[in-house]
Amino acid sequence: MGFKVIKNNRTVKLKDMAEMPLDTLRHRIISSCLKGRRLIGFFAGPHEKLYVMLADDAGSTILTACAPLNSIKHYRSLTPDLPQAHMFEREFYEETGIEPIGHPWLKGVRFPEDRPDLNSTMESYKFFKMEGEEVHEVAVGPVHAGIIEPGHFRFMCHGERVYHLEIQLGYQHRGVEGLFAKHGNKLMPHLAESITGDTVIGHAQAYCGVIEALSGTLVTRRAHAIRGAALELERAAMHTGDLSAICGDVAYLIGNSVFGANRTTIINTSMLLTGSRFGRGLLKPGGVVSDINAETAAKVKKNISAAYENIRIMAHEMFSASSVLSRIQQTGVLQKQTVMEAGVIGFAARASGVALDSRADHPYGIYNYMPIHKHTMDSGDVFARSYLRFLEIQQSVELVKELMDNLPPGAIWKEPAALEPDSFSVSMAEGWRGAIVHAAITDKKGSICRYKIKDPSFNNWYGLALSLRNEGISDFPVINKSFNLSYCGNDL
Amino acid sequence: MFDILRIRLRQGYQAIPDVKKAQIITQFRGLPEVSVEQVNADFTADTVCPVNAISKAPFSLDMGKCVFCGDCVRACKNNEIKFTNYHKTAVDSPEKLVVTKNKGKQFLEKEAIKSRADIKKIFGRSLKLRQVSAGGCNGCELELAACGNVNFDMGRFGIDFAASPRHADGIVITGPITQNMAPALLDTYDAIPDPKIIILAGSCAISGGVFADSNALNREFLNNHKVDLYVPGCPIHPLTFINGVLSLIGV
Repeated sequence: MGFKVIKNNRTVKLKDMAEMPLDTLRHRIISSCLKGRRLIGFFAGPHEKLYVMLADDAGSTILTACAPLNSIKHYRSLTPDLPQAHMFEREFYEETGIEPIGHPWLKGVRFPEDRPDLNSTMESYKFFKMEGEEVHEVAVGPVHAGIIEPGHFRFMCHGERVYHLEIQLGYQHRGVEGLFAKHGNKLMPHLAESITGDTVIGHAQAYCGVIEALSGTLVTRRAHAIRGAALELERAAMHTGDLSAICGDVAYLIGNSVFGANRTTIINTSMLLTGSRFGRGLLKPGGVVSDINAETAAKVKKNISAAYENIRIMAHEMFSASSVLSRIQQTGVLQKQTVMEAGVIGFAARASGVALDSRADHPYGIYNYMPIHKHTMDSGDVFARSYLRFLEIQQSVELVKELMDNLPPGAIWKEPAALEPDSFSVSMAEGWRGAIVHAAITDKKGSICRYKIKDPSFNNWYGLALSLRNEGISDFPVINKSFNLSYCGNDL
Repeated sequence: MFDILRIRLRQGYQAIPDVKKAQIITQFRGLPEVSVEQVNADFTADTVCPVNAISKAPFSLDMGKCVFCGDCVRACKNNEIKFTNYHKTAVDSPEKLVVTKNKGKQFLEKEAIKSRADIKKIFGRSLKLRQVSAGGCNGCELELAACGNVNFDMGRFGIDFAASPRHADGIVITGPITQNMAPALLDTYDAIPDPKIIILAGSCAISGGVFADSNALNREFLNNHKVDLYVPGCPIHPLTFINGVLSLIGV
């Protein structure tokens, strides 16, 4: 018996889940990942079981299975054989107290208030230590110099050179997953939008995907199109904002200003569609709450065409300027091999030549009708992660324009039915950082009793740490910005 | 060189000329408007509010809790609530966040913020703020950062965000204040030299917002410190923040 194979946005009855002993499941996960699948879920859930999800990107399927935990205290860790599992196992240990024996660095992830091991605190967090006469450490955070979220960075340096960066998070932990299981339908869409406020549409899409799968709701193509347009506007806006910040970090001030101003145009266009600059309040399970009329569609097209033209001219100048290129080329390199081993995803993986994009690999919503070309770069440096942003802005703008020209007819919303009881469902959506995964399990009454969220940042923080090795510490800001990961998406 | 100049010319003047007169497009959900003093028995929109911001007796809507989602508007049968694009909603005391029929736009225009002589004297010409995100989702953080961009250009009034609390005159708190961030928030506040002001930005900071029910919060800081400015929104709009601060420092 192998995994139960499902598609993105599908439900499986708990009684139909593939169940096997933990040892067998461990073995199956490792051998499956050797064939190119990726771990996207590994968490304890109801009925005292471990639930596992793997993504088969080539086959456009999701492999699911569960294993009874039988009050065990420990099990054999997957991480030594499968490095990409390391954060999942740390999270699993922190939430359940079940120890993965042989895990190389079993440290806290987000220090939730209800963790079984209250001795594991931020104060007692054991940072890696480097020995040597001239080795020194630089500690930064949790409060940083800019207007950003909190997190602690510990650089182990020799002079200016960083040997290793260790990132300790958890400051932003708000207990989001618990709130999902505790509250009824009225709070959940707003919680989903607040998982990370810079990926409102991405997380709302994944949340709606889960609920629509559990309730068997079919969303109209018009609603899919509006959701798609909002998601692509979000991608274009965040990428443009990050290009602005990258320019700021290499003291290229005209880029900082011009990209910044055009990001304003794009988010104000989102406000035109949704009443909020970040697209809040648009998506609801069953569809969207506001329609787009011909006049608005024309305005959206006009705004983003104008913004894109400015961005294109500025990007051409920026990526030709030697003062910029000398700072971003061969800076913060992430090798393709490292990306695959560490399980890095999203545009950070694509910039290192790993073509992962759930819009193409696990199509959902409007992407079932609009095939996506996966842009990739090869060099894996800040340049690749920046230039790829520009390519994706271009792609998103084209998609939005096409959607505005061809909005399908039909209703935009329909009341979802009650959730299927005793079921498991999973939804993947490609936010601007990468694939967001939401999974939900219902109890026998059809209420959600376990909600699991994985933001792409959960995978990618370690990728950022690895890309800092052997770099100058003064390049940290620009390398960090080229990833621009979410703290609260990790801390939940 | 010439290309850069061409880009500069093409961009033109980007800043909003007068932030006090600026209007936001009508789609924007700003100040809620409550059209009646009492609601009929068939009014059920309060039950759809995700954060219980609506009270029936007396009929009111608390902007400190509100996440400006518009769910209530769609559930109103007689247009009891609607959202306007009025954005000058920052106030200097929590009671003023509660919108009723008589305490709407006209009330806020006159009463929202009483400029204080002490604040005006010390901070009127230069105000440096330290921002601390304590569980913020990055929505309010992005909007606070946008206050300094070429469009809103808050720096022209001498208001900036400082990199160190030692250089700051006040703190801007976003997020519902998590347990894990509470000690660092207190340390940062203590590191700011006196006299100093406190600004809460966004529904999460003011009331806990959508996270109000979470066990992972520790909002003790707010019991022990007096807040000078409340900026509602989910997230806040840069114009709400800028106009609020300008009124507070009497500019």
